[in-house]
Amino acid sequence: MGAKTCFHCGLDATSSEIRYDDKSFCCNGCKTVYEIFSANDLTCYYDLQDAPGATPKEIEGKYNFLDNAKIVENLLEFNDDNTQIVTLYIPHIHCSSCIWILENLNKLNSSISSSIVNFGKKTVRVNYNAENFSLKQLVRLLSSIGYEPFISLDDYSVGKKNVDRSLIYKLGIAGFAFGNIMFLSFPEYFQVSGFWIEQYAPVFRWLMFTFSIPVVFYCSLDYFISAYKGLKSKLLNIDVPIALGITVLFLRSTAEIVFDIGTGFFDSLSGLVFFLLLGKFFQQKTYNFLSFERDYKSYFPIGITKIDSKGKEEAIQVYDIKKGDRLLIRNEELIPVDCILIKGNARIDYSFVTGESDVVSKQSGDKLFAGGKQQDGSIEVDVLKTVEQSYLTQLWSNDVFNKNKEDSFTNLTNSISKQFTVAVLSIAIIATSYWLIVDDSKALNVFTAVLIIACPCAIALAAPFTFGNLLRIFGNLKFYAKNATVIEQLAAIDTIIFDKTGTITANKETSIAYEGSELSEAEEVLLKSSLRNSNHPLSRLLYELLEDNDILTLDDYKEHIGKGIAAKHDTNSIKIGSAPFVGYTSETATLNTAVHVSTNNKYKGKFTFYNKYRKGISKLFKRLKKEYDLVILSGDNAGEKENLTKLLPAKTKLFFNQKPEDKLEYIKHHQNSGAKVLMIGDGLNDAGALAQSDVGIAISEDVNVFSPACDAILDATKFNQLYNFIRASKSAISIIKWSFVLSFIYNTIGLYFAVTGQLAPVVAAILMPLSSISIVAFTTVCTNVLGRKLR
Amino acid sequence: MSVIYILLAVSILVAVAFFVVFVIAVKRGQFDDSYTPSVRMLFEDELIKDKTNKTILTKKE
Repeated sequence: MGAKTCFHCGLDATSSEIRYDDKSFCCNGCKTVYEIFSANDLTCYYDLQDAPGATPKEIEGKYNFLDNAKIVENLLEFNDDNTQIVTLYIPHIHCSSCIWILENLNKLNSSISSSIVNFGKKTVRVNYNAENFSLKQLVRLLSSIGYEPFISLDDYSVGKKNVDRSLIYKLGIAGFAFGNIMFLSFPEYFQVSGFWIEQYAPVFRWLMFTFSIPVVFYCSLDYFISAYKGLKSKLLNIDVPIALGITVLFLRSTAEIVFDIGTGFFDSLSGLVFFLLLGKFFQQKTYNFLSFERDYKSYFPIGITKIDSKGKEEAIQVYDIKKGDRLLIRNEELIPVDCILIKGNARIDYSFVTGESDVVSKQSGDKLFAGGKQQDGSIEVDVLKTVEQSYLTQLWSNDVFNKNKEDSFTNLTNSISKQFTVAVLSIAIIATSYWLIVDDSKALNVFTAVLIIACPCAIALAAPFTFGNLLRIFGNLKFYAKNATVIEQLAAIDTIIFDKTGTITANKETSIAYEGSELSEAEEVLLKSSLRNSNHPLSRLLYELLEDNDILTLDDYKEHIGKGIAAKHDTNSIKIGSAPFVGYTSETATLNTAVHVSTNNKYKGKFTFYNKYRKGISKLFKRLKKEYDLVILSGDNAGEKENLTKLLPAKTKLFFNQKPEDKLEYIKHHQNSGAKVLMIGDGLNDAGALAQSDVGIAISEDVNVFSPACDAILDATKFNQLYNFIRASKSAISIIKWSFVLSFIYNTIGLYFAVTGQLAPVVAAILMPLSSISIVAFTTVCTNVLGRKLR
Repeated sequence: MSVIYILLAVSILVAVAFFVVFVIAVKRGQFDDSYTPSVRMLFEDELIKDKTNKTILTKKE
């Protein structure tokens, strides 16, 4: 038999030897989940997908804040005597089994009446009865089956959010009107005169007029507003000729039916608006499960345990924390405020803030910053500052977080629309003045016809469809851009700035090198056995790296916090830890993390931990350097400088010891001298830089869990594809330019009819949708070809 | 030929009826999640199978 995998979660279960019901499990947690499911007739869970589960995590005390009625009240969407509704975000939702089990929660507990999953958003909406069931119990139930919900400060005002569905309404109305008007205009397309038309035409025409009213006054409202705003700030954006076209279409058509001159262009009008809205809808495609607007609130806990003067524990809301409060931070809990350590072993993981993976040990009396995660048992702290005033959260009061990048960027469509509008207006005026001399009865007809036919529907559609399609192609390749503007801006950048830790280095991997005198077999066994007892992250790393040996039972083992470990077996003793601890005095200044070893009080050597760089980084930089200025801004010390200079092209600028504000200022400085900056980072410490840059891309090992506010999220495994993504964005720009050429050809043909005064409604009705559809087809085919090249 | 008025009225009534249904559907949030329902639809069978299994078992006991 080959390697066994866990029936529940799919992890390796060869060595665990946990068997139940003829199935192997990797741990007791997974077995327990299976037991729960089989006891409740829910084993269908495993039929839908192989090994769909996750190992349940220990959550002792973690959700105690849900005992606080005020917090629960704020999380609930609906709260009446016997009915409570809550929506929980569950990151683990990933397959149809997940949907199935979560929608059958009512079988696990009778107090749950129903639950509905939104797969795209990874949420479950649970309807339960709080009479003998609480939100805390619900969360515990979910955690016990491996679906631990993620509750953050961001959730702390749900139920008040309104979904904006106006675009769907507008699209529906425009489509409805477009279809009906098309049917109503059919008789007149084919029969120009005759008794039948003369008798019934007015009815058809006024019906069309009625249908077009909501299209003009509701569906195209956004275009009028945008055009008005553009004109107010003296900008001829693309919505100006569109709004002008819609207005002229409506007025002329109305005039035509009022004075019984013709049918008007209601069909073209509604078709135009429908296609424009369709483009908007297509571009609006967003990633429901990702959030690009996250700030610290998405990561901070809602509640925290406060210890009052009598030593009683009480769950309070994070915003209620006051200066001087005594808080209890449990293992794996996030520190929400700046504070001073009073009691306990503080091992703080600041990776969340800085992207650094090393855990920092703190002594009582030391200052702890908000955003750190406690790793080793519970600690007690005294609060120094409230949430909003803490060091990390203050970064968000910087102005860059209130600036909208889209507003300050003139996109391709708007830059071309200026010349376009001027050209159209001059053609209209020239043609009109010509006809005023030759045949003044046709002058007004020609003037309006030019404005109608030149309405830049195709131009306005080119960008949304190209970028919209590319956005989805990128999404399939795990590069998630916030919107179309991001792709356009990505094509324009000339400087790329990288963060180091977590961005160009992998978070979870380190390479370790040993320097010093060789260890004997007995010493190696002793080293491994001692490391086995330690929970320090460096010990764990080292332990996993050393080859398997027999494990000794140690006679004596002692861990000195912040220094190292000392162990004894028979006559041999070993010390592992910092240089002074093992008695090594001639420490040459190295900036890298190192673990020193001595046996029987004799110094042996050290293990040095190096960052491991992502695969293909060297190649990527070589390809990028030809076209871009490359900079590395690291919050780290200069320990890796030598390594980096070897690895990266000579031109790359390296900066170390950069604080979050420094990074932001650096980017601002370069932007002022005209650079278009792409920032690539990962931690919350990059948040300012990501917001300041023209395009901020967050690298994420797990897109569902963590990423600071940014313009795009790139899956870490696709990091070496970065160059291809930028190139694809550039190709997208040329696709759009070609579409412009195509639509100019259509416009020229249309203008011929308009200028010569022979624009019949049927010509407009054919030409306008034809140009729109062919542009859509052209851009879609081109971007798909582009996407195939990316794969 | 005046039957055309009736035909027009009927066709528009039908169209408006569909339109109203559409608006109600949007309002109820049926367009908010376009993926999960397609999966959920396939589950009904398994649920029923589960229940019948259960009844057979209880009968045997």
